[in-house]
Amino acid sequence: MIEAVGLTKRFGAKTAVDQLSFQVRPGHVTGFLGPNGSGKSTTMRMILGLDQPTSGQVTINGRPFRELGNAQRNVGALLDAKAVHGGRRARTHLLSIAQLSGIPEKRVDEVLAVVGLQDVARRRTKGFSLGMGQRLGIATALLGDPRVLLFDEPVNGLDPEGILWVRNLMRQLASEGRTVFVSSHLMSEMALTADHLIVIGRGRLLADMGTQEFIAHNSAGFARVRAAGNDQDGRKALAAALTAAGGRVLQEPDGALRVTGLELPHISDLAHGVGVRLWELSPHRASLEEAYMRMTQSSVEYTSTEDPRAELWEPDPLALPAWEDGAAAPEVPQDGFFAPPPPGAGGKPFLMPGSAAELAGTAGTAPNNPEDTR
Amino acid sequence: MSFPAVLRSEWTKIRTVASTVWTLAAAAVVTVGMSALLCVFLNSQFENMPKEQQLAFDPTASSFAGMSLGQAAVIVFGVLVVGTEYSTGMIRTSLAAVPRRGSFLAGKLLVATALALAVGLVTSFVSFFTGQALLGEHSIGIGEPNVLRAVFGAGLYMAVIALFAMGLTMVLRSSMLALGILLPFVFLLSPILGSVDATQKVAYFFPNVAGSRIMQTVPAVLDGSEPPYGPWGGFGIMAAWAALAVVAGYAVLRKRDA
Amino acid sequence: MIELEALTKRFGAKTAVDNLSFQVKPGVVTGFLGPNGAGKSTTMRMMLDLDNPTSGTVRIDGKHYRDLSEPLKHIGALLDAKAMHGGRSAYNNLLCLAQSNRIPASRVGEVLDLVGLTAVAKKKSKGFSLGMGQRLGIAAALLGDPEILMFDEPVNGLDPEGILWIRNLMKGLAGEGRTVFVSSHLMSEMALTADHLIVIGQGKLLADMSMAEFIHQNSRSFVRLRSPQQEQLKDLLHAEGIAAAALPDSGALEVDGVASEQLGELAARHGIVLHELSPQRASLEEAFMRMTADSVEYQAHAPGAPAAGVGGQAGPADAPAWGAGAEATSKGGR
Repeated sequence: MIEAVGLTKRFGAKTAVDQLSFQVRPGHVTGFLGPNGSGKSTTMRMILGLDQPTSGQVTINGRPFRELGNAQRNVGALLDAKAVHGGRRARTHLLSIAQLSGIPEKRVDEVLAVVGLQDVARRRTKGFSLGMGQRLGIATALLGDPRVLLFDEPVNGLDPEGILWVRNLMRQLASEGRTVFVSSHLMSEMALTADHLIVIGRGRLLADMGTQEFIAHNSAGFARVRAAGNDQDGRKALAAALTAAGGRVLQEPDGALRVTGLELPHISDLAHGVGVRLWELSPHRASLEEAYMRMTQSSVEYTSTEDPRAELWEPDPLALPAWEDGAAAPEVPQDGFFAPPPPGAGGKPFLMPGSAAELAGTAGTAPNNPEDTR
Repeated sequence: MSFPAVLRSEWTKIRTVASTVWTLAAAAVVTVGMSALLCVFLNSQFENMPKEQQLAFDPTASSFAGMSLGQAAVIVFGVLVVGTEYSTGMIRTSLAAVPRRGSFLAGKLLVATALALAVGLVTSFVSFFTGQALLGEHSIGIGEPNVLRAVFGAGLYMAVIALFAMGLTMVLRSSMLALGILLPFVFLLSPILGSVDATQKVAYFFPNVAGSRIMQTVPAVLDGSEPPYGPWGGFGIMAAWAALAVVAGYAVLRKRDA
Repeated sequence: MIELEALTKRFGAKTAVDNLSFQVKPGVVTGFLGPNGAGKSTTMRMMLDLDNPTSGTVRIDGKHYRDLSEPLKHIGALLDAKAMHGGRSAYNNLLCLAQSNRIPASRVGEVLDLVGLTAVAKKKSKGFSLGMGQRLGIAAALLGDPEILMFDEPVNGLDPEGILWIRNLMKGLAGEGRTVFVSSHLMSEMALTADHLIVIGQGKLLADMSMAEFIHQNSRSFVRLRSPQQEQLKDLLHAEGIAAAALPDSGALEVDGVASEQLGELAARHGIVLHELSPQRASLEEAFMRMTADSVEYQAHAPGAPAAGVGGQAGPADAPAWGAGAEATSKGGR
């Protein structure tokens, strides 16, 4: 269990972390999300006692990190894969840490096997790829068999097998009752890994809730409806009936209808009512990415004038173009851009937004106004 | 591929990194400063020197004496110009932009060598006139035989030693490795071998030893250890070394994966 | 258009790229996938003439790379975000590239603006975060307004906004009719970006087909049914000889190997109300894992494929690896 209470960190005039209170509970994978410069890293560093909070406190299992008796055995962390002495061999590196914390040598070989580095255990870490460095970092985190684990961008540099492996590893660690806290920028990855989310923006807590709840809360799902035989009249009648019932209906490229605001059973009944047979009636939930964008969008707008320095180091919001344009096209609201792949959901796996042309326009000319977005 | 474009690009590269300024400034300051100090010292101690040394005194060479140390900075300059391409990974970006290895190499070497030559000439003239002013009655005029050749030669020496360093770094593809070889070679190996009779003849053919002959106006007659070449011969040997390094560097650049 | 013909690269006894032939066509985003050590990077480097092929050729718009007079105007590449001189400002790093290809200096400001680095244009690039370095690399790729673009792991280090931005940028570039070739390890990201896939394993071509086809060929597809008349539906399917698996907690049925169209007609004929009739297909990740399973197993002893090490540990979370993939679909996607 990690618990932050009123955690605040100021660097001079800039408040990096502002009155942050949250709990990371055991038994779950908790995702930690936020735009660049939102204070994620600073928070991670404060949890690990690397930075001293200006006020407030953060505890691990009830005690500040620095007061934990044997830190390595209580908390494992992967912060920066490259924080390893390049001249050392992988095994020696782990052994030196193990010896510091009184961990038996046997455990070193165990964790090397867990992360799959047993064959390169005696190679110098200098020659390691990013992915291998990442695995070594994970091995270090696991070394003391800790109850609390922190990972910062754990899949960086890993290949698809590695990514799958890390995802399963984290879930396994959580299912063993450990506290697993993961920060990442990869929304699609987080959607698969985390069951709980803590989202911060400009150092403040924006959300602390279950992943499904977060998605439901911040975005609207829709239903895809396809009339039998793609018959035009049936589709029109169905669309009219759906609209009359208060649904919002959009046309998809393959002839299906995209319906928001109506439950599936209701749609089924309406279709039956107008005598249209259905070939598809599938629920689609919005992606975590979309939900995240909606939530942080407002936080960016809300505070953007407060913090000029952060703007300097962040992607200039004006230059983050294309998707806002999608929103501007009223008929295909963002979905084309945000929507989850549904790979293979229909004949056409990707909703290449009707907007290849719009996109084309945006790529060349950049800036859009973020305020165009609702 | 238009070569003037490559030259412009290389000029931008070289003028926009701090190391260019500080290495070349260090080369000039160290050379002029050290030479000046030595000239002051020689001027005050001239009467106490043995007769033979007084006879063999070379006021021209004395006013460049600091270059033996100043060349370290020029070597660092040459090594960094090439070496940072590799250490930063810029080489891949550069070669993607200028895929003809010959154009790339020629452009880089031409710009860097020209810059080293310009700085070298300014340094050698400043160093010469400063030194002569400080040598007082033991000084020599620029119009005397061989003097102008020596002053120009000192500038050329700077340019060619930089070229040699660049060629070698191109072969080794690493700044650390190149410096680790060049600096001990110039500051340890050649003085040590040069001071032992048995190996002196080998040291004569080292690029820095051979090349520095061009800065002298008075033959080292006294100990009979005159190298078997004249000033331009020596310079030719140095230039041959540099050419060899550049050709080897080109071969490596062409053959090896970037 | 990029064309590879029997491209081969050997390092000593090891063949990194083995007789690889394919074309990257304009107008679509082509994803380039493969496990670590499959030869992706080597291939991309040979495309840019940075590595010399042992045999075979690469043609860019019909020409060898070295014969392109101003290559940045034909092809722009992001290979490695760190491939810039850290002591030089972002602006100057791009300026020297622009000059070498006679691209006007004003274009440097344009691309910096496009990637959102205008505010830090004068700063030395060594102080840049990974994400900013990535943006600088993307700016360099766009510098010559080329018809062909290559990106190696473009989202590395970018935050969610940046990821969305680069995804849409790539789609936009392809939409303009350019050739876009992108390699990535992030299957979920590729699924959103690429239209066409080229998959290699151990240096050999494993697949060269559209995304839809790839997923179709390499993963199980099924239809999920939900009905208030669940029992009748079950009986009907049973009577028709269609196998249906009931999902324990949700009350839905899963049917393999029958198209949703057929099931819809069937239900309509028998007057069964359906509350869900959704064709499901596994994720790109699952399809990729299936396809490359062999080439990974083969090199299980190599450092690149340590999944085996975990397999040995087979904990509860390990076992349902495919389950994870499938769950992925229901959780993140549909």
